[in-house]
Amino acid sequence: MKAKRFLLVLCVCFLVASLVASCAPAAAPKTEAPKPAPAPAPKVIKIGFIGPLTGDVKTFGESTKNGFLLALEQAGMKAGDYKIEYVVADDRNDATEAVNVATKLVSQDKVQAIVGSVTSLCTIPISEVAQAKSVVMVTSTATNVKVTVDNNKRKDYVFRACFIDPFQGKVGAKFALENLKAKTAAVLYDQGNDYTKGLAEVFRDNFTAGGGKVVAFEAYAKADVDFSAVLTKIAKLNADILYLPDYYQKVSLIGKQARQKGIKSVFLGGDGWDSSELDFATMEGGYFTNHYSPEDPRPEVKKWVDQYKAKFNAVPDALATLCYDATNLLLNAIKTANSSEPAKIKDALQATKNFSAVSGQLTFDKDGNPIKSAAILQIKSKAQKFVTSVNP
Amino acid sequence: MGAGLVVGFLEQVLNGLQLGFMYALIALGYTMVYGIIRLINFAHGDIFMVGAFLGYLGFAVWGLPLWLAVLVSMAMCSALGITIERIAYRPLRYAPRIAALISALGVSLFIEYFSSLKFVFGPNYRVVEVPIREIRWAIGGISITNIQVLIMVVVGAFLLALQYLVYRTKIGRAMRTVSFDHDTARLMGINVDNVISVTFGIGSALAAAGGVLFAIAYPQINPFMGIMPGLKAFTAAVLGGIGIIPGAVLGSLIMGQVETLTAAYISSQIRDAIAFSILIIVLLIRPSGLLGRVGREKV
Repeated sequence: MKAKRFLLVLCVCFLVASLVASCAPAAAPKTEAPKPAPAPAPKVIKIGFIGPLTGDVKTFGESTKNGFLLALEQAGMKAGDYKIEYVVADDRNDATEAVNVATKLVSQDKVQAIVGSVTSLCTIPISEVAQAKSVVMVTSTATNVKVTVDNNKRKDYVFRACFIDPFQGKVGAKFALENLKAKTAAVLYDQGNDYTKGLAEVFRDNFTAGGGKVVAFEAYAKADVDFSAVLTKIAKLNADILYLPDYYQKVSLIGKQARQKGIKSVFLGGDGWDSSELDFATMEGGYFTNHYSPEDPRPEVKKWVDQYKAKFNAVPDALATLCYDATNLLLNAIKTANSSEPAKIKDALQATKNFSAVSGQLTFDKDGNPIKSAAILQIKSKAQKFVTSVNP
Repeated sequence: MGAGLVVGFLEQVLNGLQLGFMYALIALGYTMVYGIIRLINFAHGDIFMVGAFLGYLGFAVWGLPLWLAVLVSMAMCSALGITIERIAYRPLRYAPRIAALISALGVSLFIEYFSSLKFVFGPNYRVVEVPIREIRWAIGGISITNIQVLIMVVVGAFLLALQYLVYRTKIGRAMRTVSFDHDTARLMGINVDNVISVTFGIGSALAAAGGVLFAIAYPQINPFMGIMPGLKAFTAAVLGGIGIIPGAVLGSLIMGQVETLTAAYISSQIRDAIAFSILIIVLLIRPSGLLGRVGREKV
């Protein structure tokens, strides 16, 4: 009996202790006030990096991290009077994990800024954390509107280096109608993913507005691997285009099954296709909208491609490029503000005008989204080929 | 127009058959184990996943011909299933049923997360290079591939083999006896422990075969791929009557059809919702399943 009693008391103590420990850091920043800068002399700014380093879109995470590290390296790990330290975190492309790592970066590692994440799926929840805790955040490639603006409320600490899906979907629809002369399109998207859903809806609206007919608008769940039923249905409709706005893994699987069902439509997609692990053989002839192309003739692009190739022995994809741009945008803002107060950094970021980035001249609009053009790439002969560039 | 609809429907039925057959391989494992020790082996879906990975390693990494890769995968998963039974379930055989159930959940989570460690299978999706050249036929407007045919033939063969094993061999008779009553079986001179191990071995081997076929049909594998098919196969087994082998097959075929036809004719968004609501409806209306005997209570 005595031992049981003692054990019970011990458990209660442990519970209380863990409760107190978990409460403490969360209790502090309930206000919108910025974090106080580290008082003693070593002026350090900590930047947290969040990306899907493992999981179903791991190539996105790897490329993005490369861009991040290269940008920091070229800046000599400093911006203005401040030394830069960084922390890397893996969100596994899972929304719950993303919130966990973001919370850890903010409360335990005490970062002043976050670069990340990559997919809107994870970035939207992380942006809520960043905004609530007044931590500056720049995402490289999350294109859904909700990242910077939610319910008509601008999250003023959150920015992005890429275009947004309303623009991307419009570009895709315009390309389908004008360049591919398509009259009918079938759309297949993941219903649980804001990115694919947003892109699918924008494409549908723009395609219909431009005179096309969306003959099928079907959804699936993230865990689905068998698309035979819905593809059999779509096959009978003989659409000119099959719009697949998902990530490269899913798209490869769907594309393969689509061809097995005899679907002859041209595949069209979004920036989620940008990966060396896309099934190039299956997606041959397909087009996708992207943020940049390594074949772009501008000198900044060539310089970037060479630098990246020298360090990582690969051609940089849009993920790496955008994170390089995002990190440089952040470093530039820190240099301009010359402060470690997130409020000052975010103001400097918002005021950025005509910043010379690899993916174009960047100026933020009032929603923290840059005004920039899109590139259309085609999968041809097992590689990505630049087709054309589309301006806003 | 009418012909087009009929052809479309036939093709959907074919799609549903392929799905149903694959669920059947997994559902059989669930039903046999439940029949013999009244345990729902939640780890079964994960043995299916391990089978898929081992098959993939077999033909993609170790360079084995496909049939050998399948056999190797089946053998290794059989051993895995027997080991799990020995370690996680046998000690709890005469404990309250909930203990074994929790143990099964624990084993399931363990296999999933252990497999996602970098030195085991890794957490990433792997694309499977299918070792069979794909041929597609269009017969009377219906699309069919050689892989679909292969799946149905292989599963059919396994089902016949299992039928023979359970109803025409001594070990099969022992399995049926043990599923009736352990103590009486023991009195008849049957080594109950061995029979249970054999049951686990066979169930796991079938799941492994299902895993390899799944990897060929949907060529992306990851350590968590067993969760959904496992749940659906379990639902199918319950639908057909858990513990009854023909029930598992019937339930799986029905599940495959319901899923496919819902996706095709109603909406692909609610296909999972409908598939799992079957589980709830069955348990409410006829808990013993379609082929189950209603009430085996002895007065």
